[in-house]
Amino acid sequence: MSLIDALARMEAAATGAARPLATVRHRHLAARPLVLVPLTTAGETGAPLGAMLGTDRAAPELFTVPQPRDRDLRFTFLERLAEALLPHLESCQDEVEFVERKETDPDTGKRVTVQAELCTDAPQVLVPTGPGIDVVRLLGRSMRFRRTAEEDPEAPHPAPPRVPLLGRWLTHYAERARVPGSSLLLSMTDLLTRHWATGQSRLEDQHLGALLAWIAPPDGIPGAEAARRAELARDEHGQLLVPPAGPATDPAFDNRLLAPALARHDKGVPGAAEEVHELIASQLRPTWEAMWQGVDLLRSLPEGAHTADRWRRDRQSYTHHRDRLRSAEPPQPRRDDAVTAARKLAMREQRQAELDAQEALDDPLVMAVRRLAGEAFAARAAHVEPAVSEGKRPTPRPLVTVRAEEHDRPLLAEGDAVYRALPEGGGQRAEVVGAPEPGVYVLRLVNGMGRGKEPAPGTVPEPGDRDCWTLFEHAPRGGPALPEPEETPWTHGGPPPEATAEPPDPTTPEDLL
Amino acid sequence: MTPSPPPGAPSTAAPPRSRRLDALRGGPEVPQRPLDARALSALAANPGCRRRALLDGAGVDKAAVAQALGAPAPFGQSQFAFVRGNAFEARVKADGGEALLALLCESTGEERPEPSAVLVPDLTADGPAGRAARTGLALAEVPAGQWALLDHPLLTLEVAGATAYLEPDALAVHPDGGVTVIEIKSFPVLDGTVDPTKAGGAARQAAVYALALTGSVPVREQALLVCPKDFGNQPAGGLLDLRKPLAACRRQLARLTDLDAIADLLPEGAHFGTEQDRAALTAAVESVPAAYAPECLATCELAFHCRERAREAGAVEALGRSVRGELGGLRTVHEVLAAARADADDPAARDPAAEALRRAAALRAEALATAAPAPAQAGTPAPPAGGGTEGGLACR
Amino acid sequence: MTASVHLPRQAEAAVGDPGAAAALATERILADTLDESVPGVVVDSPPGAGKSTLVVRAARELAAAGRPLMVIAQTNAQVDDLVDRLASADPDLPVGRLHSSDAHAYDPALDRHPAVRTSAKSADLAGMDIVVSTAAKWAWVKPGEQWRCAIVDEAYQMRSDALLAVAGLFERALFVGDPGQLDPFSQADATQWAGQAHDPAASAVSTLLAHNPGLPQHRLPVSWRLPASAAPLVSEAFYPYTPFRSGTGPGDRSLEFTGPADGSAVDEVLDVAAASGWGLLELPAARTPRTDPEAVAAVAALVRRLLEREGVTRSERGDGPAPLTADRVAVGTAHRDQAAAVRAALGPLAEGGPGAGRSGDHEGDRESGESGEGGGPGVTVDTANRLQGREFDVTVMLHPLSGRPDATEFHLETGRLCVLTSRHRHACLVVCRAGVPELLDDHPATEPARLGTWSPAPDGWEAHQAVLARLAGHTVRLR
Repeated sequence: MSLIDALARMEAAATGAARPLATVRHRHLAARPLVLVPLTTAGETGAPLGAMLGTDRAAPELFTVPQPRDRDLRFTFLERLAEALLPHLESCQDEVEFVERKETDPDTGKRVTVQAELCTDAPQVLVPTGPGIDVVRLLGRSMRFRRTAEEDPEAPHPAPPRVPLLGRWLTHYAERARVPGSSLLLSMTDLLTRHWATGQSRLEDQHLGALLAWIAPPDGIPGAEAARRAELARDEHGQLLVPPAGPATDPAFDNRLLAPALARHDKGVPGAAEEVHELIASQLRPTWEAMWQGVDLLRSLPEGAHTADRWRRDRQSYTHHRDRLRSAEPPQPRRDDAVTAARKLAMREQRQAELDAQEALDDPLVMAVRRLAGEAFAARAAHVEPAVSEGKRPTPRPLVTVRAEEHDRPLLAEGDAVYRALPEGGGQRAEVVGAPEPGVYVLRLVNGMGRGKEPAPGTVPEPGDRDCWTLFEHAPRGGPALPEPEETPWTHGGPPPEATAEPPDPTTPEDLL
Repeated sequence: MTPSPPPGAPSTAAPPRSRRLDALRGGPEVPQRPLDARALSALAANPGCRRRALLDGAGVDKAAVAQALGAPAPFGQSQFAFVRGNAFEARVKADGGEALLALLCESTGEERPEPSAVLVPDLTADGPAGRAARTGLALAEVPAGQWALLDHPLLTLEVAGATAYLEPDALAVHPDGGVTVIEIKSFPVLDGTVDPTKAGGAARQAAVYALALTGSVPVREQALLVCPKDFGNQPAGGLLDLRKPLAACRRQLARLTDLDAIADLLPEGAHFGTEQDRAALTAAVESVPAAYAPECLATCELAFHCRERAREAGAVEALGRSVRGELGGLRTVHEVLAAARADADDPAARDPAAEALRRAAALRAEALATAAPAPAQAGTPAPPAGGGTEGGLACR
Repeated sequence: MTASVHLPRQAEAAVGDPGAAAALATERILADTLDESVPGVVVDSPPGAGKSTLVVRAARELAAAGRPLMVIAQTNAQVDDLVDRLASADPDLPVGRLHSSDAHAYDPALDRHPAVRTSAKSADLAGMDIVVSTAAKWAWVKPGEQWRCAIVDEAYQMRSDALLAVAGLFERALFVGDPGQLDPFSQADATQWAGQAHDPAASAVSTLLAHNPGLPQHRLPVSWRLPASAAPLVSEAFYPYTPFRSGTGPGDRSLEFTGPADGSAVDEVLDVAAASGWGLLELPAARTPRTDPEAVAAVAALVRRLLEREGVTRSERGDGPAPLTADRVAVGTAHRDQAAAVRAALGPLAEGGPGAGRSGDHEGDRESGESGEGGGPGVTVDTANRLQGREFDVTVMLHPLSGRPDATEFHLETGRLCVLTSRHRHACLVVCRAGVPELLDDHPATEPARLGTWSPAPDGWEAHQAVLARLAGHTVRLR
């Protein structure tokens, strides 16, 4: 952890209130996000117990499973979940803009420019915690291979219509959530901990109630005390005052309240289903409110300048998934083939580098972390000496002597590249050609000065100008292309079998999802 | 699965150390708890904590102590998880462990025995010592060339000079005499993959069992992990490599401070019995140093008590192990903030870490001062961000 | 000859003479490499076991058999070194050095070899017997320009996805590497593929063997670099499942100082290391920031006295006593800022510029400048990552856990400690604060596990404890 972030935690611990880790919001926040709070049954892989969801704080939808071991009741739950979620997930499919894209022409093998659709917006889903994202992934995994009665009249337990489709959407959203900086599916704890430091540990920050207690402590109560109350305080019946944000419920709730109610339901006691429903609702409502409190807190931060660029990639991802569904491709396979896995990892690494750079450029507090680490430095230009490159077409290569500020200690050596953002947009690269004294560097500007013999106006620092130079690139480049899956080499098992729809999971009497 | 504690049976002719540990529990009538899965993971998570070492070593019921201290651990187990875990274990052990041995043979490539050819010895006996002796006898009695399956055997292991009882889910004896530790867990094998963190915990647990067996039988260096497959209750599994956890665990156990030495820290007559008043119990617990870290919250029943003490003292560890990295010799929040303020009179300012802290504080203050308008009050939406022109001016 | 999975423990270990054991292993490797029916051969090489020599020999034999080949290394420094070795071994051998289009893309020293051709375009190098480049550069070469044979060097440091990007260029390959050094890593989340056969973040060798379990695997059984004092420690701590031994005996090498000891702890630990091969200079226990000023000063003092006392080395090579010069000494650290602090403390004795080293290994990465400020070549000061594959007479390391209040996964990684303790031919000096074993006790050993995978690397926690336990007998306390 950077000392700057550690200091913020210390300050929070000392003052009893969270301290900022960011001065802008680094993730896209939709105007109408869909909040989804799922609960699962303890000890069972993602078996649903209930969910509260919706885009309207005042009007959540609530679905529960009165007996999680009953397959029909689970299917009813999933069916209603599909009915509630799919309209939101499909809501942005038809509003499109046209963008140009480079593609390889399959006939000529040449790169050609084509017009492509790009959805102008994409639906956003927010869940409480990281394990909430895992539940989305598990639900997606459990549903996408199912067959409806229409697809397979022989299926022993046909899935309700649209359930497999929801599985594919949830799978896509959960997979997208693994991409650094993406915002289609986010957890509230990740969002809040990115922007605020509490006076407790990162582990304890995973408790949404405790986290909010630090960021917005109730009047007059120090954060530590409010957080302890959120974690541990119980009523006279031994029930937590702030139920966990899921997906698991509190064992005391399971044992003392839920289990007896389920038993009554199994015995056919009238009103038992309603009782279970209300019990589960009582565990969901506080988290629902906490989610919207978190949304409000995040809205109080101005959006980072590059956030929209990254959201555009989310819109692309959404559009691609839409296209795959429309062209009737089979569901995402259980396991990635070698090429797909390598492509995903390469993409995530590039996005991570891009996110790291953009967050620093958008936010002085993030840049301060990089400056402390010696990966960036603020400096004033002391002296500028015009120079040109050798060769047939001389181009400007001015030498700028800069003096780093008092607290900057960049880890620089001769020949290293440094980068700055130009006032008119775009970036500029320079090479370190010398360090005549500690903290003073002679930089040779190598690009970003236009095509003329003289640098374009405003592209070379004037003496006295202050700039922030980074040792990292502002727009990291991607690597070379990987082979197509059908060209997978022998070292990686050779080409995978043709992509076809994988068979559904065999059903057994003891299935839980 | 969590083994249930065996019925406590204090031995009558206990050696002096054992008597001393009995006294620490509050008397010989208080049963000694076995080192269960949670205690083993607490050992792995914080091997250097003396408080944990002494209480676990003496077999103290830490949950009861935490309750008596007024800082109960919110561990509890949901009966749904319990029922499901037991149902799964019963299922995989049904028919004399046919399914277990089938999985084992599938993983090792051995030929699967006829169910009738598998010896399943009776391991029931009175008290932990009796059960452990019965297990040892059963292992010794398996004839060469014979498959055997031991259901919930009881093993003993010297931990910091005291005998600890361990209860693996099962042991398989191969015809070549080799013994495989079998761990049955309720987390799933989903599309052939298990959660690596959970599997790591299972491997460390199995390594402790393997260590307890070392010397008496040729124990294999791979354990069989058995989990439910995907979303159902069908068993699936595979082999876990124990070589690494075995080496680490062997050295960890060898490095544990002798319990007698830790027990010497306690004032004469102090013990952890929960019948005494809270002040006396607190004093007894506090007389043994703890090494609290937030990771303890997931593994140790006493963690909430230790957390309160760490927070009261302003210990930086309370904010997470990773926070300490660059703080040098500064150990409290107060010291760190004093060093960062460049308070020349404060001794903290002379720590070698202070220079970096002052830089961090200065850079942070500069950034917060130059940032766009201070974050608005919660609930008031900020104006939308302007064009992209701020990009790159982040340190202006 | 048919492919055979090879069990070195029984085979070469049975051969008494290390030279004969190593020669036997090499013959078997070359036989498999030249056998057209074997698609791939894997060779594990512990530190200093003659990996580069093997690569050069295999490349020349393949070329001599009329089979042009591509050689894939991981960094530009490795590529330049291999090309230099190939050209030095056979000045007439046509060797191509494929490089990036950046400025200073290859070591200009290669220009002195008349048969070496350098280019940024693979087409310019068509027809050469051997073409060498980095995996990153090869990945830009279009398939179709197929080589039949390849040698992949440092294959354990190559990621599986990097192999995927280049494997379409060859039909069969020899994979050579050191399983004990730093594993490749990913900046992004790759846990979803962990344990799968083609996990893109795993090492190239683990993917290769997962898909092709029948490939012959060999091991070079003898370290020629590590002295008899070092091989057992390094082998036991970092290669517990695949032991190796030293090629030299206890009396074959010596390090002596001309200048007398001044009675200081620094000189005392130098004498301990000269006599035993290991020396631990222990500073009083303290929790310090990474650039612990006292530890940095102690490292600098060790290096300074090491040179002032004019060490003389003798080795089995029998070429007489050689002075221990600054270019035969290296300082290794875990972090770049530590290396920068040591360089600053050493001043003109240190190699390279006033700043720190460069970013990690990637395309465009090169060793730092040729000469120190003091005129002659200086002491190399760098991080473990950048010392991989290099060899010195004496190394001084700042222990990765010295003075740390915590032990993170980064610091526990066995590869880092393995690199730092296995660069020397004569002696290794360690500077460390007291109390590291206790620090380790306070740190959890919580490595994740996967079903059905067998990692060749030891547990980091245990390896650290094992090394410290062995060093305890060579400790001098700084008063």
